[in-house]
Amino acid sequence: MGLTASSTGISASDNGLVVKKRSPNDKIIAVAGNPNVGKSTLFNALTGLHQHTGNWPGKTVASAQGYCKTEDFDYVLVDIPGTYSLLAHSAEEEVARNFICFGGADAAVVVCDATCLERSLNLALQVMEVFPNTIVCVNLLDEAKRAGIKIDLALLEKRLGVPVAGTSAHKKKTLRSLTEKLDKVCSGEITTNPRKLRYSEPIENAISIVEKVVVKRNSGQIPARRLALMIIDNDASLKEELRNQLGGDFFDEELDAAVSEAHRTLAEAGITTEMLSDKIVSCILQNAEEIAHGAVSQPAKKLPKIDKILTSRALGFPIMILALMVIFWITIVGANYPSEWLGSALFWLGDRLSDFFVYINAPEWLRGVVVDGAYRVLAWVASVMLPPMAIFFPLFTLLEDLGYLPRVAYNLDKPFCKCKACGKQALCMTMGFGCNAAGVVGARIIDSRRERLIAILTNNFVPCNGRFPIILKIISLFFIGGAIGLLGSFLSAAALTAVIILGILMTFVVSRILSATILKGEPSSFTLELPPFRKPQIGKILVRSLLDRTIFVLGRAAAVAAPAGAIIWVLANVSIDGASVLSYITGFFEPFGQFIGMDGVIVTAFLLGLPANEIVLPLAVMMYMQQGVLAEIAPSQMFELFTANGWTPVTAVCVIVFTLMHFPCSTTLLTIKKEAGGIKWAALAFAIPTLCGIILCAIISGISRIIA
Amino acid sequence: MKSGEILTKRNCLSEMKIGETAVVERLLIHGSMRRRLLDLGLCEGSVVKCVGKSPLGDPSAYLICGAVIAIRAADARCVIIRGI
Ligand SMILES: Nc1nc2c(ncn2[C@@H]2O[C@H](COP(=O)(O)OP(=O)(O)O)[C@@H](O)[C@H]2O)c(=O)[nH]1
Ligand SMILES: [Mg+2]
Repeated sequence: MGLTASSTGISASDNGLVVKKRSPNDKIIAVAGNPNVGKSTLFNALTGLHQHTGNWPGKTVASAQGYCKTEDFDYVLVDIPGTYSLLAHSAEEEVARNFICFGGADAAVVVCDATCLERSLNLALQVMEVFPNTIVCVNLLDEAKRAGIKIDLALLEKRLGVPVAGTSAHKKKTLRSLTEKLDKVCSGEITTNPRKLRYSEPIENAISIVEKVVVKRNSGQIPARRLALMIIDNDASLKEELRNQLGGDFFDEELDAAVSEAHRTLAEAGITTEMLSDKIVSCILQNAEEIAHGAVSQPAKKLPKIDKILTSRALGFPIMILALMVIFWITIVGANYPSEWLGSALFWLGDRLSDFFVYINAPEWLRGVVVDGAYRVLAWVASVMLPPMAIFFPLFTLLEDLGYLPRVAYNLDKPFCKCKACGKQALCMTMGFGCNAAGVVGARIIDSRRERLIAILTNNFVPCNGRFPIILKIISLFFIGGAIGLLGSFLSAAALTAVIILGILMTFVVSRILSATILKGEPSSFTLELPPFRKPQIGKILVRSLLDRTIFVLGRAAAVAAPAGAIIWVLANVSIDGASVLSYITGFFEPFGQFIGMDGVIVTAFLLGLPANEIVLPLAVMMYMQQGVLAEIAPSQMFELFTANGWTPVTAVCVIVFTLMHFPCSTTLLTIKKEAGGIKWAALAFAIPTLCGIILCAIISGISRIIA
Repeated sequence: MKSGEILTKRNCLSEMKIGETAVVERLLIHGSMRRRLLDLGLCEGSVVKCVGKSPLGDPSAYLICGAVIAIRAADARCVIIRGI
């Protein structure tokens, strides 16, 4: 969710998983499981870290590591992205498979969903086959209990042949059974004896042909029988990984001959390569069914009633819009007072700071750079931008934890399909509200590269947490007249929602254009899981996301806004030929600014805001003040400052449109370069929204000139 | 990816009405989507129930192996079912 740098992609780890042990005796534990079964929650509970969790499949797209200590061992836990299978078809599944097969783990924990155990067992069986030291963790027991599902853990354990622990990941004390079993497996007190999967006669024959050759060589941790089957199943990416891991000479003539013979045996029995994969999968599924039979009593499951409403023909879309509006409304009302208090407190403090500099006889330029430059911009960011950011964020996280986002993707899939894109793009789009960089990383959940690139390039059309407060502020200044009172706040929320909808429409338009031009293609198949609604961990979310967001914004403000403020002060106070350097710069951009309905100062502010959007408005205010029209203003006098500098409602509209559509921040651009694999994509991501913004603003200001 | 055989009769997944239950007879879909459906537990002989349609009519939601999965009509058309 873009709370920290680690989730914004710059340091999100990629395919190459490097495990860092703290001491050589540390035991490495791979935590695997289907998406959305509570792996990250479990991981957090055990390690005390704060990996982001969310109630939708694909929340964790990068792996994380953490440390956990029990009485017997120190563990390094590795949170692997969720997968449905180890038969690698997507990049994530490859990461998971490679780590489990070759990552050098001491044990694996397969987290299963108690409410759909059969499917989870499908993965557990696959992991057990390649990695015998596996513990099956049946999570979400509380939810299963509520749904009336009974699970006989002891019977499961007997049938699976590996330890089974039942947990409810966000209740820490339920994790004891898991850590105890982990200790026992790692100390050798329990030896696992995984259930053997038996395939049909011809497949078994084929396996034994290749197995005979494989047992003769070092096959790492993977049991020879399973490795033989994997080789017969002929997976190109696996072959390469095997060469890397087990040596380039692993595939020699003898093995190749055995594989050919195995294929011949299969062909004689009428089993083609594709059928083989099918047969393997259905054998595993059948086993999962047998294991679950009698051990799990499951009443018939229905789509929750609320879903009938949330995704209904009549109400699906109105509810989405309403949800957005309600969130904005709470943000506006909630941010109003803190913003005022913070404003007066911080400006009072600024005056004292200024007095202090005067008192110690500091040179005027030093006072100017520190107080009028750095501190002031910081204070503007903290008072005007921070409150809406800090309030919106936890609200959005609540909606996410509840499980609403996949419903949005479900509702919006058809329009995305019409634009020849993927419905999961809606998930990246909604993530973009929090942080565009996080939205870009989130695009990893889209399997097709073409569709993923579309999602990445259009993500910026949703204003991130650092941009929507700009839009909000300008709406309330110019169109609502203060946004105080019930009607005002309601109108502001409605106007902001309209702007967001414009952004979403642009997402569709640009997606469609991209799929007709540089990213030509047809929409590919996809499946989207709709998880059950879950009660959000309200307290935890509020505290964590409020704190995290506040610290993050303040940290970034200190790192970016303060230096920018200092630089602007210097530029404004160093003059050449009687005019300040700043006025040359803003003067340079003035004609272009006028052309798109704004002015040189605003354009300069947008450019300087490249590292972080939340500094754009404070910088504009700062530049106006330095240019001396109004030297001293409080946050409540922003409107006067802007109008004194020639802003009209048309200027306001253009600023709003340009805020919605301009280049992404530098973090997002770097993330795009990394995720899309090339500077070209980052350049496109820079150019596309900027061009859209320039064109739209030029049209708006052109029309207004004609009318006037 | 998709089979050339387009089914219009009421024997494919996409034709199911909300609330109906059926058994999967055959998957006419190939490549990675086939694997994905198999991973989700949609294979020959498994039971599916149609539990909803999205506001614009496509995709639809199906109960497969205890989980609710949305599948587009274009893909669902390639899953042959029979009643139980
Ligand atoms: N009721 C309940 N909810 C859980 C449990 N474990 C996880 N969750 C919730 O399930 C959702 C998915 O969890 P997450 O850890 O992100 O899943 P991951 O995708 O497997 O990493 C979140 O909303 C969690 O709060 C549990 O044991 N009981
Ligand atoms: Mg996760």
